[in-house]
Amino acid sequence: MSIADEAPKPAFRLSMLIYDTRYRSLTIQVVVFLLVMAGAAWLIDNTARNLQALGKDFNFGFLWNRAGYDISQRLVEYTNDSTHGRAMLVGLLNTLLVAFLGCIAATVLGVFIGVLRLSPNWLAARLMTVYVEVFRNVPLLLWILMIYAVFTEVMPPPNAFRPNAEGVTAAQMVLGDSVAFTNRYTAIPDPLFSRSLGNIDLGIFLVSVDLLAILAVLTGSWWVNRRLLRHATAVQEATGLRPVTWWKSLLIWLVPLAVLKVALGFHLGYPELKGFNFTGGINVSNSFVALWLALSLYTGAFIAEIVRAGILAISRGQTEAAYALGLRPGRTMSLVILPQALRVIVPPLISQYLNLTKNSSLAIAVGYLDLRGTLGGITLNQTGRELEAILLMMLIYLALSLAISGVMNIYNASVRLKER
Amino acid sequence: MTDTTAARAFVRREMLPPQAPPPSQTGAIRWLRENLFSGPLNTVLTILGLSATAWIVIHLYPWLAHSVWNANSLSECRQIIQATWGEDATGACWAVIRERWPQFLFGFYPSHLYGRALLALVLLFAALAPVLFAGLPRRMLWLSAAYPALGYWLLWGGSFWYPAMLMAGFAVAALAWRALSARGALVAMPAAVAAALVWWFWLAGPVTAGLDAALPLAIEAVRSDKFGGFILAVTIGVAAISLSLPLGIMLALGRKSDMFLVKALSVCFIEFIRGVPLITLLFVASLLLNYFLPPGSNFDIILRVVIMVTIFAAAYIAEVIRGGLAALPRGQYEAADSLGLTYWQAQQLIILPQALKISIPGIVSTFIGLFKDTTLVVFVGLLDPLKGITDAVRATIEWKGIYWEPYIFVGAIFFAFNFGMSRYSMYLERKLKRDHR
Repeated sequence: MSIADEAPKPAFRLSMLIYDTRYRSLTIQVVVFLLVMAGAAWLIDNTARNLQALGKDFNFGFLWNRAGYDISQRLVEYTNDSTHGRAMLVGLLNTLLVAFLGCIAATVLGVFIGVLRLSPNWLAARLMTVYVEVFRNVPLLLWILMIYAVFTEVMPPPNAFRPNAEGVTAAQMVLGDSVAFTNRYTAIPDPLFSRSLGNIDLGIFLVSVDLLAILAVLTGSWWVNRRLLRHATAVQEATGLRPVTWWKSLLIWLVPLAVLKVALGFHLGYPELKGFNFTGGINVSNSFVALWLALSLYTGAFIAEIVRAGILAISRGQTEAAYALGLRPGRTMSLVILPQALRVIVPPLISQYLNLTKNSSLAIAVGYLDLRGTLGGITLNQTGRELEAILLMMLIYLALSLAISGVMNIYNASVRLKER
Repeated sequence: MTDTTAARAFVRREMLPPQAPPPSQTGAIRWLRENLFSGPLNTVLTILGLSATAWIVIHLYPWLAHSVWNANSLSECRQIIQATWGEDATGACWAVIRERWPQFLFGFYPSHLYGRALLALVLLFAALAPVLFAGLPRRMLWLSAAYPALGYWLLWGGSFWYPAMLMAGFAVAALAWRALSARGALVAMPAAVAAALVWWFWLAGPVTAGLDAALPLAIEAVRSDKFGGFILAVTIGVAAISLSLPLGIMLALGRKSDMFLVKALSVCFIEFIRGVPLITLLFVASLLLNYFLPPGSNFDIILRVVIMVTIFAAAYIAEVIRGGLAALPRGQYEAADSLGLTYWQAQQLIILPQALKISIPGIVSTFIGLFKDTTLVVFVGLLDPLKGITDAVRATIEWKGIYWEPYIFVGAIFFAFNFGMSRYSMYLERKLKRDHR
């Protein structure tokens, strides 16, 4: 009895490209590749011929031409003599500003509402349910327009803050005469430094050294505080007793900041009515405030649902086990529930942040000049370079989205269940 | 032992009837104590909630109570309110809805054709019903299959044969498939696609012309720029929803595919679409598509928007379904393989039914998002109900300066649609639930 030492190898036939599963995927991929290449070639060829027919070319030189339009809210130096490229930068920074502040406000709001919706308080839970359902089921554009309308239609004009002949003012400033809501802008206090350290010129824009100093001090405090807490943990593990750290932490956070405040001569410039307008503070345009509020309220409703789902995903046994170990409710929340809930919460939270950033492009509805309003709006209309402007805008948004999801994915990896 | 018993003066022989619980532990008081005032924090929350509710009611109620339904302009509204409730009274002017509701529903659709648009809407619900509710007779699905041609014809008008012959391409493909399916899918599939393409590119035109000559079934045509209001939102929403689901499933399968190239292309497409705002895609539709298509070609703006909204939603749906596919235990795939099912059989019979069931909440919330996003078409010059139509209404001299009433009206309709969708998804989840009953 002979044993076949190897299976007979059938000769390769062309039909095996289709009927043999080993080769079929290769065939399909080659066909897909050819189709995609053909499609891309078709599109590029069309574009080239269309551009030629219109007598246009494809170049980004317009970014270095004079923009010639004003942007009322800007984080960096900009005049209408600046270039389109600079206008784009201003727009991008405006997008980032509203997205950043929106993400913070939406997170705070979302956590608050999500927790309240689970509270045993019947009234609070019902009210939050109503809030979430109303905000999630109505288009964001409506909230932006409506909040903007509240500001422009309901708020008093700046001169209503002036006392009339009888000494009565029609409108009052709020928060100890520091904030004024008017129908054109919201006047808020301006942080000022009487002994400012000046600015560093980065070539593209100026960076305030004061801001850098504050950031450096905060980073230093954070680092020292972390050392302190680690030391406390080490002592606890060695002796079983945790040294009291709260007042040290408080000092570490507050003392350097207080010293810096005195050193830089930090004070607030309060807005005051001079002539027809408020001066002395910062006049934030209502389009920004409305957009920021609407984005935060809308995204906050979604984040609330994510937080609620995350907390509900942790089984009741975890809480009970923590109580059985003698942990108090606060410690149970911070040591047992939250670390586990975060794992469930963070991935959808990332996509909400991305949504908020992308939704900030609705700024156009209220005339806030973000990236979409500058590069994709006025610059596009003035230069007539739709192709370049829109492609560049899409690329920037894409890079922004990838950057946000990249950063948040690093965070996600750090809270993920460490499986071994 | 016995003397201790004898020493007792009294031994109770029967049970006492249970006493009623103390009043603080029953009824409404107990409920209040447990649900509203169970601790200092809860009490504070309750008081805050009550005062917030009271504040809203106090500020909103007079405005709603002073509603005016019969007036011809905002100033007339204000006059009526001031005449009836005093000088300082404010009130809602719902007369704008009463007078302009056709515009909110139909935009600038010709008014003598409202009936046609309404018929299309009613037929839409009739066509959706058998898809949404399995209890309805299956024969109604024929209406659902015919609806795209019928709905298009009723809304845009023109010759009936044009949309009908476009739809007939699918019938041609199905016939080719049926004729050749005995030869195996690898022959039948390309043949079906080829047959449909031949039909659309070379045969449909002459056949339509011939049928038009033989049996002219034409009604008054309506141009796309006449569309507006909710008829536009519903048209874009329904078309994009029904097209994005199959596309999203294909993208999700592509992303899970073993084939490197297919996977890479799917990932690039999904990530690109998810990385840019819808508004930029709509811009591509309105401004750039002219560059990408052969010179001289121009097609309908609503169709372009539908295409862009579809691929936008499809990328999101693909991610939702990918989650559903990932949630399936590996054993399901292996079991399908060990039964000898081909890839498509396994997907169709084993994988997708389970994965889609898991993904229902995510898919429906994507649909809700899509329907809300139809309002963004205002930025490419279409008259959406929210900004386009309210701005148009406000631009007239009678209704200049009216803000809240149109927004509330439009918002309420959107809320009703979206809330209905989310309730339907809950119903579907309950119905399809197969465990822990």
